Amino acid sequence: MNELLLVLPPLIFALGGVVLLMVDLAIPRERKSLTAGMAAVVSAAAALCAILQWGLAGSGFQGMISVDGVALALDALVGVIGVMTIGLSLRYNALRGILRGEFFVLMLFSLSGMALIGHAANLLTIFLAIELLSIPLYVLSGIARPRLDSEESAMKYFLLGAFASGFLVFGMALVYGATGQLSLTGIARTLITSTSVPLLVVGAALMLVGLGFKVAAAPFHMWTPDVYQGAPTTVTAFMSTATKAAGFVALLRVFGVALGDLANVWQPAFAALSALTMMIGNLGALTQINLKRMLAYSSIAHAGYLLMGLAAGGVSGVRGVVFYLPAYAAASLAAFAAMTAAHNGEEDQSISAYAGLSRTRPGWALVMAVAMLSLLGIPPTAGFVGKYMLFQSAIDVGLVPLAVIGVLTSVVSGYYYLRVIVTMYFEAPPEGVAVTKGNRLSLHWVTGAIAAAASIVLGILPAPLINAVTAGVTSIR
Amino acid sequence: MQAEFIVFLAVALVAIGAAIGMALSRHALYAAMFLVLNFACVAVMYLLLNAPFLAVAQVTVYTGAIMVLFVFVIMLLGAEKLPAQETRPEMRWQRPLAIGLGAFLLLQVGLALALPGMRAAPEPIDASPLAIGMKLFTTYLFPFEVASVLLLAAMVGAVTLTRKD
Repeated sequence: MNELLLVLPPLIFALGGVVLLMVDLAIPRERKSLTAGMAAVVSAAAALCAILQWGLAGSGFQGMISVDGVALALDALVGVIGVMTIGLSLRYNALRGILRGEFFVLMLFSLSGMALIGHAANLLTIFLAIELLSIPLYVLSGIARPRLDSEESAMKYFLLGAFASGFLVFGMALVYGATGQLSLTGIARTLITSTSVPLLVVGAALMLVGLGFKVAAAPFHMWTPDVYQGAPTTVTAFMSTATKAAGFVALLRVFGVALGDLANVWQPAFAALSALTMMIGNLGALTQINLKRMLAYSSIAHAGYLLMGLAAGGVSGVRGVVFYLPAYAAASLAAFAAMTAAHNGEEDQSISAYAGLSRTRPGWALVMAVAMLSLLGIPPTAGFVGKYMLFQSAIDVGLVPLAVIGVLTSVVSGYYYLRVIVTMYFEAPPEGVAVTKGNRLSLHWVTGAIAAAASIVLGILPAPLINAVTAGVTSIR
Repeated sequence: MQAEFIVFLAVALVAIGAAIGMALSRHALYAAMFLVLNFACVAVMYLLLNAPFLAVAQVTVYTGAIMVLFVFVIMLLGAEKLPAQETRPEMRWQRPLAIGLGAFLLLQVGLALALPGMRAAPEPIDASPLAIGMKLFTTYLFPFEVASVLLLAAMVGAVTLTRKD
């Protein structure tokens, strides 16, 4: 019983999903918003539970799971992202005809996998948690079937995701072969005495490929624009924020905890991946005329910034990563919220469709503008604080070229982020678009406004979160 | 020991024959049946190696479930017969490549057997279904439960994607 307390937040997600699956049968099709509400309650309960458990540490189930500050932080983050995605889903999914009970059930299953990654203390658990995260997401990308773009997105994501999982599990097998251990601490213990270092390095490289795919790091990013573009926008919002957070915690667990003593081998690889990802993401975003594809490349670019924190390592680097994840999530959710709100029927993803948004929907234009500024990293937004922490951690350990690349690519990213703002504020709206004075107070609007507000509040008052994150990072076991 | 060797020899010969038959048959269903025979022989080898659980899993999962899926797909697509033409011109490179890679594999196996230390008998472990079950429900209980949630999620997903509504 005590051991179950150690995995309570993922357990709440999974049990909630199972129970909701049955309850949903009794809910008539036109009232699926009730299912959404219950899923939101489950998600909020898990997040709240993680916050109440703050400070808990320990391991259980024969060393299969553990709990520390980073695990609880991830639980809380994905729980909040879950609630906000559900908040966005009600209107958007109803408009697209995909307000189905299974949507929320699958989302809860995916959330349980994400949360479990933070608690995993064994390669087996990590692998299962990553699959539990991924498989519902493959389905969610294709849930707008028979729309071709959604089916294409699901198919590409599934095939490439399965391929990446193959890399991951093969890498784990090689590491097991080299150390004879599956538990993360066991691997760390035998690492020093291991005689088969080449096997270890190959295994670590294969795991890096598999996890690099999940966080959309270059050169394993090819799927990102296509999948993000075709998936329903609420799913894209969920994928780009929660999956990235879980993927980075998985990288932290595998490389930071298990292979920590091999850092001199993998840190240069992380630095190279980080530089490549920042350049490919930011340069790729420059030429996009589709807002969703642009946000996909932006998501790749941010994976690069986050990798910089892992390459720097140490408390300051990891702290930067764990702070940047919610900062990026808030900005990204705000952007996708504004995107889904700007159209009533069929969504037009081209950036030019947002011309004059400041006049037709001033509230949403403001949310989008805040999101763009935070993604760009302009003070006083959370994006600025996060990038500052990441770049500082890189400079501290002597990775100055990497930090320079980060700053230069951030400058480049100004072009495409500011272009959205310019289009919204300085271009005339297309003919025949009704001008709405002020926004109606809807759940959708509240969700978007909270995400935008969080981007600013975390930028002005980052200290409480930074302190909490620092405490969490120093408690990693 | 003697009886064991005779059984192994018989099973191995049948397995090799089945594998060759599978590769040479021009009817996809016959090929699938040869593969079933091959899998069954491998299951017997697992039994000889004192791994009864693996043998049963081999029969139920590979010989049973996966081969039923194979045969089902072959029949569904109506792809039983290979076209009459021997090899397509753009696939000419395939045969020499396969022979080369096969020779390389043989060389590797030969080296592995010849090198010292490679033939050391592994420590005997208890691979009985009882021992595996005990492990599964004690040490590996948590991953086992996670796997069940994973399978449930996959089932829900499959139904979601295929249900007409």
